[in-house]
Amino acid sequence: MTIIDKTADVPAPRGSNDESGPLLEVRDLHVEFHTRDGVAKAVNGVNYSVSAGETLAVLGESGSGKSVTAQAIMGILDMPPGHIPKGEILFRGQDMLKMSNEERRQIRGQKIAMIFQDALSSLNPVLSVGYQLGEMFRVHQGLSKKEAKAKSIALMDRVRIPAAKERVNDYPHQFSGGMRQRIMIAMALALEPDLIIADEPTTALDVTVQAQVMDLLAELQRDFNMGLILITHDLGVVADVADKIAVMYAGRIVETAPVHEIYKRPAHPYTKGLLESIPRLDQKGQELYAIKGLPPNLLHVPSGCAFNPRCTMAQDICRTEIPALRPVTEQDGTELVGRGSACHFWKETIHG
Amino acid sequence: MAELDKKSVDATPNVAEVATVNAVTGTEAVAALDAPVSQGEPILQVRNLVKHFPLTQGILFKKQVGAVKAVDGISFDLYQGETLGIVGESGCGKSTVAKLLMTLERATAGEVFYKGQDITKLSGRALKAVRRNIQMVFQDPYTSLNPRMTVGDIIGETFEIHPEVAPKGDRRRKVQDLLDVVGLNPEYINRYPHQFSGGQRQRIGIARGLALNPEIIICDEPVSALDVSVQAQVINLMEKLQDEFNLSYLFIAHDLSIVRHISDRVGVMYLGKMAEIGTDTQIYDHPTHPYTQALLSAVPVPDPDAREGRERIILSGDVPSPANPPSGCRFRTRCWKAQDKCATEVPLLAIPERFKASDTPAAHESACHFAEEKDVVHAA
Repeated sequence: MTIIDKTADVPAPRGSNDESGPLLEVRDLHVEFHTRDGVAKAVNGVNYSVSAGETLAVLGESGSGKSVTAQAIMGILDMPPGHIPKGEILFRGQDMLKMSNEERRQIRGQKIAMIFQDALSSLNPVLSVGYQLGEMFRVHQGLSKKEAKAKSIALMDRVRIPAAKERVNDYPHQFSGGMRQRIMIAMALALEPDLIIADEPTTALDVTVQAQVMDLLAELQRDFNMGLILITHDLGVVADVADKIAVMYAGRIVETAPVHEIYKRPAHPYTKGLLESIPRLDQKGQELYAIKGLPPNLLHVPSGCAFNPRCTMAQDICRTEIPALRPVTEQDGTELVGRGSACHFWKETIHG
Repeated sequence: MAELDKKSVDATPNVAEVATVNAVTGTEAVAALDAPVSQGEPILQVRNLVKHFPLTQGILFKKQVGAVKAVDGISFDLYQGETLGIVGESGCGKSTVAKLLMTLERATAGEVFYKGQDITKLSGRALKAVRRNIQMVFQDPYTSLNPRMTVGDIIGETFEIHPEVAPKGDRRRKVQDLLDVVGLNPEYINRYPHQFSGGQRQRIGIARGLALNPEIIICDEPVSALDVSVQAQVINLMEKLQDEFNLSYLFIAHDLSIVRHISDRVGVMYLGKMAEIGTDTQIYDHPTHPYTQALLSAVPVPDPDAREGRERIILSGDVPSPANPPSGCRFRTRCWKAQDKCATEVPLLAIPERFKASDTPAAHESACHFAEEKDVVHAA
């Protein structure tokens, strides 16, 4: 089902302005929201990178900061109340946070595009889908209305919307959920961006339609050799499409790993708990393991490791010292490529 | 007790009889604790349940131009102490079934027997008495609780409607007991819903469902709005409560993994009809209906090693409109096995002929002309 060659970290470059190295790199990103009740620290030092052709899954519960990070990358964060006190977002080596609005607008849509979760509320209900798709071409490429419409039809064909020619003047409410999500994908793809950020692209869809949409996304990613950041809370979807995973909790990345590794041997108690708490389709289990307690309030993130009040392994050090994301090694010290865990007791978690 | 039940099947129900049935439910629940699951009389029997929503045209002179066939002839049984899972895509009529069982919607045709009594025909006091025993837990814990009422009022309101359950002076204590049962601090009784997280709110919804000691709880997507780590807490709570109070659950969800986990039996719905029904092993490990197979194969499994090996059946297109369903088998427009027969003849929900003689787990009710066993979950 997936298509990406897992051995190649940096796939063959396309285009001329390609440099080796990651397409996008987020370094030590912090995002805060100044609210009446205090400062909510939504993102507290996130690092990740995506290369062309690679799929990074950002996994986390609501309030873990996964969507806020994506909005910061896209430059669509509401500021104020949002505020980025620290950090860098490097796109092909250039820090986007230092760019002017106009420079960022040039990148948005053309180089980095986003697919939103709820297609019905993300599309404008009073404009036809053809007009909304064509806007990409009219604004960024200065095409005429007629040319833009022709391109819209081609795009709708590309994402396999049946009878694209007849439906191009239809409005969003005339499409089913799966078709609307295809239109969102078409819109993101319009200018053939290098990187797509998909924020819960299939959460609102039924499983059969979800499978169609994820397949389409994977196919298009392969065809265009795009980087993909997939933001989701669904461990099943991640297992199906991702190359590497970053697990977020309370605004931090608590574990990173290649997809095959993390399901076999999680190195953070939170990941481990999550994996044990999902029921399986292929076997009937006993009582589910449940992580006790609730995700933290971002206005009052627990001191030390944010997961410590819910963790079964928590000790005194967890309540005082914030664990850094450290590389994870085998018992004999061999490095495990791409793996990291922000837990004081990762050794016990993975090997114990 | 059994005699009483039988009597009410035959005789037209009257209010007095309903009252007696209710008066003894307490003792009956105790007696039923010993009875094993899925035995004896079903507590709820659904027969050919139909719900059509009329489509009208015109403003002043409305005339019916068609109907959305949301539920179109569904039959199943629910036994004491068991969980029946209902799965299907959005728009297949799962939630309408829930509303019909709650008599929040009136059925167009068909019967729902609660202990032998057809509740679709009831009204007034008799209906109120039955409703006490069939309660519901809703999907969205954010909109199903009144933001202007305290938790105590939300749960306590049930006792105002059914004062016989708890005398006035006893209500506050009863609500606190319920909060304790669902794992919330009893001191939260004066708080408002916005002061709780999603998982806690769903616990309040469950406490409200439990307040009247019902025998059946209809759960319409009770965990789909919750975070993964909180989902497991709520599922475990529901299983605990089922054991404790010998509840029967009708568990409606679109997440097939969760349904397998909690259900004893599972029914698969497609476009207002039941496609396949059986025990969880029969449905998940030995599905015979192509729709069930496609549905199961589409579920992403949290195991990256399985992704290359698993066969995926990707259905083309969307679910047809229930206002104008396909003739014959409703799944035929998306089915890869469809033949001429499927367009003309409606397949009945029955054990397929070829499996009837044998004792395999594939021998369960499936509404397909070409039912064939195929394990899509384990295939490697």
